[in-house]
Formats: sequence, structure tokens, C-alpha cells
Amino acid sequence: MAIEIKMPALSPTMEEGTLAKWLVADGDDVRSGDVIAEIETDKATMEVEAIEDGKIGQILVPAGTQHVKVNAVIAMLLEDGESATDMKLPTPDAPAEPAAVPAADNATASAEITPVAETVAKTGETRAAGTEWSGSSTSLTVRESLCEAMAEEMRRDENVFIMGEEVAEYQGAYKVTQGLLDEFGSKRVIDTPITEQGFAGLGVGAAFGELRPIVEFMTFNFAMQAIDQIINSAAKTLYMSGGQMGCPIVFRGPNGAASRVAAQHSQCFASWYAHCPGLKVVAPYSAADAKGLLKAAIRDPNPIIFLEHEVLYGQSFDVPDDDDWIVPIGKANVLRSGSDVTIVAFSIMVGRALDAADRLAEQGISAEVIDLRSIRPLDSATIVESVKKTSRLVTCEEGFPFAGIGAEIAMQVMELAFDWLDAPIARVTGKDVPMPYAANLEALALPQIDDIVAAARTACEGFKG
Amino acid sequence: MTAKAKTKRKRGPGRPPKTVVSGVNDMPPTEDLVAMYKDMLLIRRFEEKAGQLYGMGQIGGFCHLYIGQEAVVVGLQSASKPGDTVVTSYRDHGHMLACGMDADGVMAELTGREGGYSRGKGGSMHMFSREKNFFGGHGIVGAQVPIGVGLAFSHKYKNEPNVCMTYLGDGAVNQGQVYESFNMAALWCLPVVFVIENNQYGMGTKVTRAAAGRALADRGMAYGIPGKQVDGMDVLAVRTAALEALAHCREGNGPYILEMKTYRYRGHSMSDPAKYRTREEVDAMRKQHDPIDQIRDLLKNQHVDDARLKEIDSAVKATMTKATEFAQTSPEPDPSELFTDILLPLTDSKLFAKV
Repeated sequence: MAIEIKMPALSPTMEEGTLAKWLVADGDDVRSGDVIAEIETDKATMEVEAIEDGKIGQILVPAGTQHVKVNAVIAMLLEDGESATDMKLPTPDAPAEPAAVPAADNATASAEITPVAETVAKTGETRAAGTEWSGSSTSLTVRESLCEAMAEEMRRDENVFIMGEEVAEYQGAYKVTQGLLDEFGSKRVIDTPITEQGFAGLGVGAAFGELRPIVEFMTFNFAMQAIDQIINSAAKTLYMSGGQMGCPIVFRGPNGAASRVAAQHSQCFASWYAHCPGLKVVAPYSAADAKGLLKAAIRDPNPIIFLEHEVLYGQSFDVPDDDDWIVPIGKANVLRSGSDVTIVAFSIMVGRALDAADRLAEQGISAEVIDLRSIRPLDSATIVESVKKTSRLVTCEEGFPFAGIGAEIAMQVMELAFDWLDAPIARVTGKDVPMPYAANLEALALPQIDDIVAAARTACEGFKG
Repeated sequence: MTAKAKTKRKRGPGRPPKTVVSGVNDMPPTEDLVAMYKDMLLIRRFEEKAGQLYGMGQIGGFCHLYIGQEAVVVGLQSASKPGDTVVTSYRDHGHMLACGMDADGVMAELTGREGGYSRGKGGSMHMFSREKNFFGGHGIVGAQVPIGVGLAFSHKYKNEPNVCMTYLGDGAVNQGQVYESFNMAALWCLPVVFVIENNQYGMGTKVTRAAAGRALADRGMAYGIPGKQVDGMDVLAVRTAALEALAHCREGNGPYILEMKTYRYRGHSMSDPAKYRTREEVDAMRKQHDPIDQIRDLLKNQHVDDARLKEIDSAVKATMTKATEFAQTSPEPDPSELFTDILLPLTDSKLFAKV
């Protein structure tokens, strides 16, 4: 019986890829372990090996095909004694089963679950950037926009450099620094050893020495090794020196829930850093904001925590065609206007908040969606202004509920707009548990679109009309 | 026992230093020696006064005195060049004075006054001077080491002919980030001298109870970093070793480790009764190895007369009287200072201007 060779999943968040090249042709004999094809994901080019001995019966997906779904059959392998006529080809239009989508159908049957990798499937479409700009724009992924921001700032100021694990020759663990080594050379694009505390501290020293380092953490989970240098050295020294020792440094990298990597590699650190005076904390959603905020961060004279999101890297948005495109730190953005309830979110939760607003609209509830963009300084004025209009507030974050960003926003709104509230403020957060590995548990641990819808409905219920 | 076994003894972290004999050519001009003596005496008198003011309740919090270790920083600084940078941990008063920072400003910081280097917001452990290339004053054991490597990185990045002198204690050498720093400094050939001030005790723990293996000077061996043990009570030995280490760095050969065998006479901090060592041990060091006595004897041998020495003593005394008065009379910081210096305003940054 002929064997189906399927498009493999090559990373936790991969849903599709490009079949770049076939290294075999119909009729070729292959042995298990032979490289038969090359596949490009948004992160890397990977080789595909034959998993059985046999003869290539038929290549079903030609080289150069883009958006090939994971698990789609890409070729047929004939076993000994079989001929091409023995093959039973799969129906060409049959949709491939997405491998990474967890089957959550038991305990949560009524709730619609958004898997972590949900947004990757939307790579093809471009979401509205929602940022103030009237000129021309280009569709870019968040990954590309971050890379452009760094490249433009490095061209502008020779004291800007980037260091981190795999940022140079590997082109970035998540390909965010792709091409920077070629353009700027190894003096300014520096591969570090795996030594977070050391290179974070080195970056702080270089910033004291009047350079402008960008320190990439492969993910913010690993920045916990370096948090003493970030808080005690970068954030506090200006104060302790009576204003002498500014520390212009950007600590950046993916933050928040990744997909199926369990508790040590999947966590939002926004409230950890936002807690400490002396730091600015930024967490963009769109590519336009990612670019504009990163450029602002690099030019800022203070230490900046720049929280990216792995799942957003491949998403496309319109980005202004302007190499001086700056989004000011500390300014939230009202992405959708509404009158019944305000939904505040940042990073990946903005996408879910917008989706929730769509559903609420179908149910007759008009939701206003605010993308915070910066966590600290927090644009409380924009939140309060919105609450004065809607009188109801739902906060969204991937992080834990206890002492989270939602808790801070709730307190500030109570202090600044208590009389305007018509319902208790609701928090939609990650569950108060370490991130589980199992797909169904992971989905349950993460804040979902339906959680936002439910929270908004609860806030509005009984108070409408 | 073979002859080899008899002569070959392992260097351990607790062993006394090998005596470094200064060559005739290493002898600095007499006026330089006088300046070194004056600097060391100033540090001694400053620290004595700080201890006194602490006892009077005029200095708060943690206060770590440098008495006994003066030859280390003065010897190192006498070998440095303009533009070289310095970073250390929290036993930092001596380093600041040796870098040329004003005694008034340092003492006023200790008393938490507006006239202090950090305008009263840093205290004993956290002072800085960009003008004098002194980058702190860091309160977390070992955290200054990667920062020093970062300063060395910026020297190299900007093609400056300078070296960063990064000081750490015998306690800090067991911190993981020190080895992360050694690795990166050697890997990228950065101009940094790691000065390990081995004063024998990390707080109350004798170095031999905390540090395994060979001499602390050898801790960079795995990274190919040369290291030297030096008698840190002898300012000329320090100076000679510093000249060699700094030249090594300036010539582009990467980092260098100097282990300074030294001794602090006082407790770890003002609140440490130092019960972990005997009075006799301290007295023996004071009587036989005191760095200031040693350089005074040297000056006498160089025909500097008593009158000149007395003149120096009086000048140092006058400096300290002035500094003490300043530190006691400078006002406390204005309450409005509570909320300043947390973030720099963007207006301070010319970087937002279009280019």
C-alpha cells in the first residue's frame, strides 16, 4: 500500500509553509533518512527526510507552492513491488487537518476555544493597523516591521547595536533579526553565549558607556535569569545617581503564551516589569505599532522593556511607508469605537478583543476596544475617557490575575472614574495556574474570545436600557 | 618525597601572596609617591571620619569601610590613563576618592544631603561621577562585573584607547555572572582588568571556606585570561602589576585578572562585630603590613623629610574637616526630589530630531 508523505509541522506554532524545493523526482528510489525536499516556514528553511524506504510514486505539490497546510499530502511513496497504478491518491480538495489545533470538545463544548496558534492561520490577510496615518502603507508582518525598525535605527545612529542569542549568523531564533548581520556586520550584530545575566549586565554597562544597546532575549522567560540587572542596574541607577546615569537600553523579545511549550516557556511578564519605577514597558499588537514603538524605544533615553509575541510575528498589518514612523510610548489607541462597554487589551489579546467586539455587535452590544500599546506609562486618560462614555470596563491579558495589569487598571479607574461606573470592572486573564502542556488544558488556561464576550455581557446585563 | 613534590606547592586562595619585588625601574618619581601617599592617607582619614559619623547616627544604612585596603585602589589608579573607567561594588568610598571625586560630595552623600554626589538619593553604596569616569558604586554582589565588561565593550566599540578597571571582592568571585563576564570579555577580547580585592573575608566567611580550588588569580584560566597574585598591601607592587595588566589590555590582548591580597581592618560593615577572626590577626596585619606605614617608610628612604610628611598630614586633615562640615551642613534634599530622576524626559534626548 502506497505511503502518504505529509507536510510536516516544524515548529510549535507552524500551520503552513512553502514547499521550496524537491530533491527527488517521480520514480526515484529513496531510503529512510534521505533528504527529499526543502520546506520554508516563516522562521527557517528545513529539510524533509524520507521516513521509509521506497520509490517516489508521485509528487502532488510542486516546488514553489506556498501556504501548504501542515499534514497535507505532498507526495506518495511506493513500497517494494508497488507500481504507480496502485496508488490511491487523496482527494485534491480535501482540507488538511491542522495539526496544532487542539481538539477541545469535552468540558468546554459550549465555549469556543481559540488555540494559541489561531492567528497564524490568518497570515494571508492583513488586519487594519488602526494607527493614525493617512499616507501610503505596505503590508508587513510584525516580524518584518520589527526588523525594519532596528535596521532603520542602526542606519541612523552608529551607537545602536544588537546583541543576543542567535541574533547574527542564525538570523534570529524567530528570524526577527534577519539580514541585520549582512548589513551591519559582526561589530554591531552580536551573537552572545547563552548567558542572560551576563549579557544583560554587559548591555547596561555599554549603555552607561553611551552606546545604545538592543538586547534580545530569545524569550522573556529567560530574562528571569537577568532580572537583577534589568531592575537593580538598568532601572534604578538613574535615581540612585541623582540623575547622572541614564541607561538608554532596549530589552526585547517574545513574551506571553507560546504554543504547547508548557509552564517554563509560556508566561506573560508585563506586570513584573510594569511594577518597577524606572522602566517603560511596551507591548504592541499591530505591525505598525511594533515598528513605531520599537523606533521610539531605541531613541528613548531610558531602559525599555519591549514585549513582543511569538504568535503575532507572522501576522500582517499595514505599516506606514515612512522611515521616521514613530509611535509615542505611553499613548493608547482606540481601535474600535463603541458605547456600551470598554474592552482594554494589549499584545495578542487585542486581536481577541476585536473578535469579541464583532460577536458582541451581533448580540446588540456596542463595545469600544482600546489597544494599550504601552503598559507603563499607562494611558489612563484614554481609558477613563472611554469609561465615562460606556460606564463599563473589561480588561484582558494573558498573564495571571493576581496583581496583574487588569488589577492595576481596575484600581486606577476606581480612583479616577468611580462615579461613572455602572457595573463592576471585569478581568479576563490567564488562569491562575502554571501553563499546562496538554492541548485541551492549555486552551482552558488561556483567555479566550468567549471569555471576553461573557465578561462584557455580564457587565452589560441588567444595566442596559 | 621527591624534590619536585617538596618545592611544588599549590597556590590556594587563602595563602599569603608571593612577594613582588619592585624593580629599580618601577620606582616612580618621588612626587608621584608623595601623591600616592596623600591619596592613601585621605582614604584612611575619610573612612575613620565616616565610621565616627556613623557612630553619631549621622550616616545611616549600610556603610562599608575600606581601611587597610588603600594601597589597592591607589596603586591601580596611579597606573591608569585619562579616559579609563572604574566600576566597583559597595565598598566604594576609597575608589571614588582615588578617582579624584571630591571628599565633600562623597561625605555629603553618606549623610544623605543635597550636596552629595547622588543628591542624597544613593547613599554609601551608590555614587557615580561621569566627569571622573567612575561608574559606581553597585549594591548587589557581583552585578558590577558584567557592567564593567559593558564599559570595556563601549571602549572597544568606540575605538577608545582605554581600559575599564572592574573591582570585585573575594566574595563576588563565586557569583555565576562573574564567569559569564570572564567568558564574554575573553571571547570578545575586551579591555578590562578584573581587580579581585581578596581581603580574606566575604562578610564573615573566610575565603578558604568559600572558594574551592586554586588562587583566585587563576579563576580565569579556563578562559585563557592571565592572572597574577599581588601583595595588595604594597602600593608599589600594586602599581607595577597594574601597569603590566593595563598595558596588556591596551595592546588589545583582552582581559587580565589581578588578585590583590589585602586585608580590611574593620568589619564587613559598621554593624559587623567581626567575631570570626581574632584581634591578634588584625593587629598583626596592622603592625606588619599596613600599607600607609609602608609607603611612609619608603618616602623617608627617598629623603622626604618629616616636615613634608607633616604638611601632607595637615592638608589631609584640613580636607576632612571641610568635608565633614559640608556633609553636616548641606541641607537634606528637597521633598520634591522624591519624584525626580526616575525617567529622563524625552526633551533631554536630541535623538527625536529629524536627521
